[in-house]
Amino acid sequence: MISGSWSNDRFYKAMRRAGAYLLQAKRETAIVSGDPTLERIAQGNGLALCAAGSWTARFAPVLEKMVADAEKLRGSRPNIFIDVSQVSKLDTFGAWLIERLRRSLTDGGIEAKIAGLSANYASLVDEVRRVKAEPVIETRSVTITGMLEQIGRSVAGVGGTLVGLIEMLGAVLAAAGRVFIRPRGFRLTSTIHHLEQVCWRAVPIVVLITFLIGCIISQQGIFHFRKFGADIFVVDMLGVLVLREIGVLLVAIMVAGRSGSAYTAELGSMKMREEIDALRTMGFDPIEVLILPRMLALVLALPILAFLGAMAALYGGGLVAYLYGGVDPEAFLLRLRDAISIDHFIVGIIKAPVMAAVIGIVACVEGLAVQGSAESLGQHTTSSVVKGIFFVIVMDGVFAIFFASIGM
Amino acid sequence: MVGEISDAIIRVRNITVQFGKTRILDGLNLDVKRGEILGFVGPSGAGKSVLTRTIIGLVPKVAGSIEVFGVDLDKASTSERRGVERRWGVLFQQGALFSSLTVRQNIQFPVREYLNLSQRLLDEVMIAKLGMVGLKPEVADRFPSELSGGMVKRVALARALALDPELVFLDEPTSGLDPIGAGDFDELVRTLQRTLGLTVFMVTHDLDSLYTACDRIAVLGNGKIIAAGSIAEMKASQHPWLNQYFNGKRARSVVV
Repeated sequence: MISGSWSNDRFYKAMRRAGAYLLQAKRETAIVSGDPTLERIAQGNGLALCAAGSWTARFAPVLEKMVADAEKLRGSRPNIFIDVSQVSKLDTFGAWLIERLRRSLTDGGIEAKIAGLSANYASLVDEVRRVKAEPVIETRSVTITGMLEQIGRSVAGVGGTLVGLIEMLGAVLAAAGRVFIRPRGFRLTSTIHHLEQVCWRAVPIVVLITFLIGCIISQQGIFHFRKFGADIFVVDMLGVLVLREIGVLLVAIMVAGRSGSAYTAELGSMKMREEIDALRTMGFDPIEVLILPRMLALVLALPILAFLGAMAALYGGGLVAYLYGGVDPEAFLLRLRDAISIDHFIVGIIKAPVMAAVIGIVACVEGLAVQGSAESLGQHTTSSVVKGIFFVIVMDGVFAIFFASIGM
Repeated sequence: MVGEISDAIIRVRNITVQFGKTRILDGLNLDVKRGEILGFVGPSGAGKSVLTRTIIGLVPKVAGSIEVFGVDLDKASTSERRGVERRWGVLFQQGALFSSLTVRQNIQFPVREYLNLSQRLLDEVMIAKLGMVGLKPEVADRFPSELSGGMVKRVALARALALDPELVFLDEPTSGLDPIGAGDFDELVRTLQRTLGLTVFMVTHDLDSLYTACDRIAVLGNGKIIAAGSIAEMKASQHPWLNQYFNGKRARSVVV
């Protein structure tokens, strides 16, 4: 190792000569193996840094260390140059490291030159020479104020969300009004298409899940009511619960997860690919063309699905009551007729279109809020489902208060 | 039509690709020489992109074999395949930048995966690559959605070149660039080919590129290579499509 400064000593001279000889030998073996090397060879009052081997990306970590070591030589000698004639292979990484070395040696006030550059590599080295050195530094620090700011922004964002939803509701109603006046603008085909997607294709999964939920409610009811010998009251519980609450709430949550997310993803990717802008420039209103048919399909679909779901749940409950609780189907039906009135059904089904509208509006607002990236699409789809379910439950609570106060 | 080339970096033999009942490529043969820039032309919808995607392995083929760097891609093990993939770079027609990563992260992504480098070197090489494709370091922290169409192309090229590949596939690289930018791009491809010994497989419609950048031109028609050779050979060809393409109104306006 030749250190940065030494006295003019005979001993050192001899050592240096021997060292250079050894390094020369090592270099020759290195060239054969392809491993990159960077030797220091004294030449008169100057110093040659001889690069050899393949200076490529594969060896970049080693190369970087060698270059960092060599950079310490800055200013040690009046004349330092970099000899690259032995380099067998050079790519951008190697070329840049040589350039980095040249720069840091030059910065020290001495002119560093690159010698022995073959014509093949000259243009690559010229290319990296044009690079401005200062790497841009990413600053992203986590501070308490930053976190507080984030919380503040989120809270303020809640207000923004509500305003956005009301805006969208207004826009959809206005579009509906325009279509009502001018029915030719109504997109029947699109509406039917979406109705198929959100209603017809959702029937199997909705029926299956509500059927299972009906079974579970019935089984749990029988299991616990049996202790009081009140098995038959499971029918009352099942009827009221399914028709008033569970049927519609469960279906709405499923629809928010299934169709709300699909709406957001569809609109979001259309937004990303500038399809919505294209519609606008052609003189179409995206609300009228894209959102109104979707909203209408959803508002029609949810009551239908809620009804089918309620029936499936009652059927499942009845089945379990018969098989597990020994309640005769006829007794079940008689009891059901006594236990529930049409009011229960109306209370349930009246909520469905409102919940559908909430889900649809949340999904469309989120879809149109998507920015250019795939990540943003994912975020908005997630928040579409989360907000959709949240608002569905809030609406359910509001309805509960409302119906309680009017005595239904 | 296609002679045996001993030093072929890509060797495509009797490739057949079918989508349903439509046959896109029908027993196609093609050799790409090491170190050349091959311009690949053909009418729209002839299957130029399909061939590119078949070679890269994105489209399954019905029959035939593909050798890249002497490795038969059908018989290669996963690690052999990875090795081949590390040695090629692909520029997709639409750029295909990762939209949730910044320009810096996009370019560094392949490097980070394959090599263990310091952040400083990663940043510097990233800036060097940006410089090579004619972009300023300031764009490094922008997201792809904040770039213009031409910039997306350039960043995508920088990403394709991130690992200093030996072979690059360029799918219509100059489309969407202004003529000066396209000229610079051709120049750049030439420079890289000279300095890195790069082999370039370029699907293009840009006659200027064909004239200035390409060493050899291959023409696709009816699922086969109908001609391959230098630009002079193309111009002399009697094939009607070639004749129209290279001697038509637009071709005459290109200064040779």
